[in-house]
Amino acid sequence: MTTEIAPAQDLPQIKGVKDVPYEELFVSGHRTCQGCESALVMRHMVKASGPRTIVLGSTGCMYVANTTYYTTPWVVPWMHTQLGAAGSAALGTAAGLKVLMRKGKLKNEKINVIAFCGDGGGADMGIGAISATLTHKEYNCLVLLYDNESYANTDIQLSSQTPYGAVTTFSPTGTSKRLMHTRWKKNVPGMLAAGHPESRYIAAGCAAYAVDLMNKIRKALELGGPTFVHTLDPCPKGWDYHPQYSQELGHLAVECGIWPLYEVVDGVCNLTGPTRQIAEGRKKRKPVFEYLKRQGRFAHFIDEDVEHFQAQVDKMWTDWLIPGVIPFTVPAKDQAILKIDKKTKPLHEEAKTA
Amino acid sequence: MAVEVKTKETSEVETEQLATGCEAIAEAIRLADVDVMAAYPIRPYDGVMQAAAKLIANGKMDVEYIVADGEHSQFEIVKHACAVGSRVFVGSSGVGWFYAFEAIAVTAGLRLPVVAICGNRALDDPGAFGTEHNDSLAVRDLGWLLPWAETAQEALDLALMAWRVGEDKRVSLPVAIGLDGAFLTHSQHIVKIPTQAAVDRFLPKFDLGDRLLHPDNPITIAPQVDQDWLMEIRRQNDAAMRSALDVITEAHADFKKIFGRGGDSPFLDEYMTEDAEVVVIGQGTLSLPMKVAIRRLRKERGLKIGLVRLKWFRPFPTADVVKSLSRFKAVGVIDRDYSFGSPYYGGVLYNEIRSALYSQPKRPTIVGFIAGLGGREIEQPMATEIFEKTIAASEGGVAAGDVCHWIGVRE
Repeated sequence: MTTEIAPAQDLPQIKGVKDVPYEELFVSGHRTCQGCESALVMRHMVKASGPRTIVLGSTGCMYVANTTYYTTPWVVPWMHTQLGAAGSAALGTAAGLKVLMRKGKLKNEKINVIAFCGDGGGADMGIGAISATLTHKEYNCLVLLYDNESYANTDIQLSSQTPYGAVTTFSPTGTSKRLMHTRWKKNVPGMLAAGHPESRYIAAGCAAYAVDLMNKIRKALELGGPTFVHTLDPCPKGWDYHPQYSQELGHLAVECGIWPLYEVVDGVCNLTGPTRQIAEGRKKRKPVFEYLKRQGRFAHFIDEDVEHFQAQVDKMWTDWLIPGVIPFTVPAKDQAILKIDKKTKPLHEEAKTA
Repeated sequence: MAVEVKTKETSEVETEQLATGCEAIAEAIRLADVDVMAAYPIRPYDGVMQAAAKLIANGKMDVEYIVADGEHSQFEIVKHACAVGSRVFVGSSGVGWFYAFEAIAVTAGLRLPVVAICGNRALDDPGAFGTEHNDSLAVRDLGWLLPWAETAQEALDLALMAWRVGEDKRVSLPVAIGLDGAFLTHSQHIVKIPTQAAVDRFLPKFDLGDRLLHPDNPITIAPQVDQDWLMEIRRQNDAAMRSALDVITEAHADFKKIFGRGGDSPFLDEYMTEDAEVVVIGQGTLSLPMKVAIRRLRKERGLKIGLVRLKWFRPFPTADVVKSLSRFKAVGVIDRDYSFGSPYYGGVLYNEIRSALYSQPKRPTIVGFIAGLGGREIEQPMATEIFEKTIAASEGGVAAGDVCHWIGVRE
């Protein structure tokens, strides 16, 4: 009754592009748009996790455009789950495998369980179930939230992840209202990391930093228990830019400090990639205008809107307890005792020296 | 919890104990070696989760017991556990059942044999705890098998039947057992608890075969099919529901052989119908006050009346219902539910029964009754009124527009 199940497969950290597995487990057959970064996240995700993986896919682009009968791109076993059910799907699958292995009804082996959801499914409808799952430390499962900042599958409607002021079909710009959408983007990975102390791994990544992302997936699966990875995925259709610039926009989101890359490992927060360099003052944060001006969804912005956007992003870096992660302002006298641990190296640097 | 009045071996296949409907279901969960169950509180169904939790805490069974963050998660969790080969159990009541509705719908679409109880409860608003069948009945068109229990014993027996029938490859559909809130979920009966050996003879191991989600069997479950394939897939669900009638009949025969219980028909339970001219039909625990009324009215007035209790609402045993009810002059259908704006403003069961009998050359007069809503007791004067109205209809016929009556309601 108490047989211990090993947390996951042996998934060493990838040292560089040449070390990435050749094997493709997400292949042709999908109907996603040109330049779709979310599809790239799917590819990196299963490349990192390997073939002994079960993937649960919540409704969204990566279901409807991605997984069509008779032309499924998934080489690994895959199952649909409901829009708000990624957390529950991960939990139920992990619990089923665990008990069947314990009772000897299934061979006892390491099987990765990954449930993915979009920003609509994960940050809006399914946040409660993901939160619940992250408290069930006895089950090994990863929830991956691919965030293209709108309900992109249903015609680009705004979600709680749509950035301030962006045009969507639910927030058009008009003659009477320039900005229909004035809510600031919900800080999902920061909130989940702060609220679920027993989750061993919560990270924010971006497919533009592919090795960093694959290593985050691997680390999540390797550490085991319920874990969470949030990726920011530039979306040519929803963000209104030419498909060839997806990678570039991913880089810009990070370099402008809008989308910080980090991981929280057993309660220790590491900024990774350019985010760390910015935090350490080794790299200058680019103005957000560099990012905004490349996208049609911000074409209606006037100076005032850009300034507001810049001020909000600046605050993430100057006022937050942990830049871009934990959004509290603390009294000046407490700043010194509340700095993050700068001794920990970013992931890609660890990889270089190993 | 059950007060164990006696645990003597009454036979090689069972022991006896005092148990509520919920506790009886918990015993069935233990005997079926369920792998995963998910709980969330709402009265009255949650008595079964409390009873099961105690069995687990006391080492009586090994089940992955997940306390979910809501009914939607509850039903999603077991659905996905089922897809990797777990035998599962779940349940809810009233508006909780509706909170899970999306997950309930897809579970049938996925053909995953989840077994649930619906502790029947009135839907909010306004708030009420008592029995009404509209929660279970809301899923009647989706592909769930829907049996209703009368006693705690039948609750246990139907649960064992549910896994056997639902998991059968010819069916592979979810089952939701209706348990009348309070009247059955929380009243104690003497229940015969089968031995493990006897249950093992009746209930085979759960095997999803080539539909198992596993890295050794890398299938894609429920991809987007659109208009290309959806109709063919719906037709397969229809075929599964049709075969369920035979599978239930088979399982019922085996159940009787092993446990010696279950009555003559798997679908109908008839009471004093042999010489009856007029009967009433209904589901669940309303049979109890109706049986008392039948005995009393037969004795006091010599009325030739009886009761037919429907045990399975889905699949609807059309042939059995037609064969049984065609023998009588008039049938009163008692609905513990409502269907506002339906034909003749009748309940759900009323219109199902009428529809089943429509094409018969010889058919009884049908009268509808809405009674006992919100857990209101069906008292003897109400039962008498139901029979009087049905008998009157058998004598003089009924005019359209006067065929459905609300019983015991203050106007």
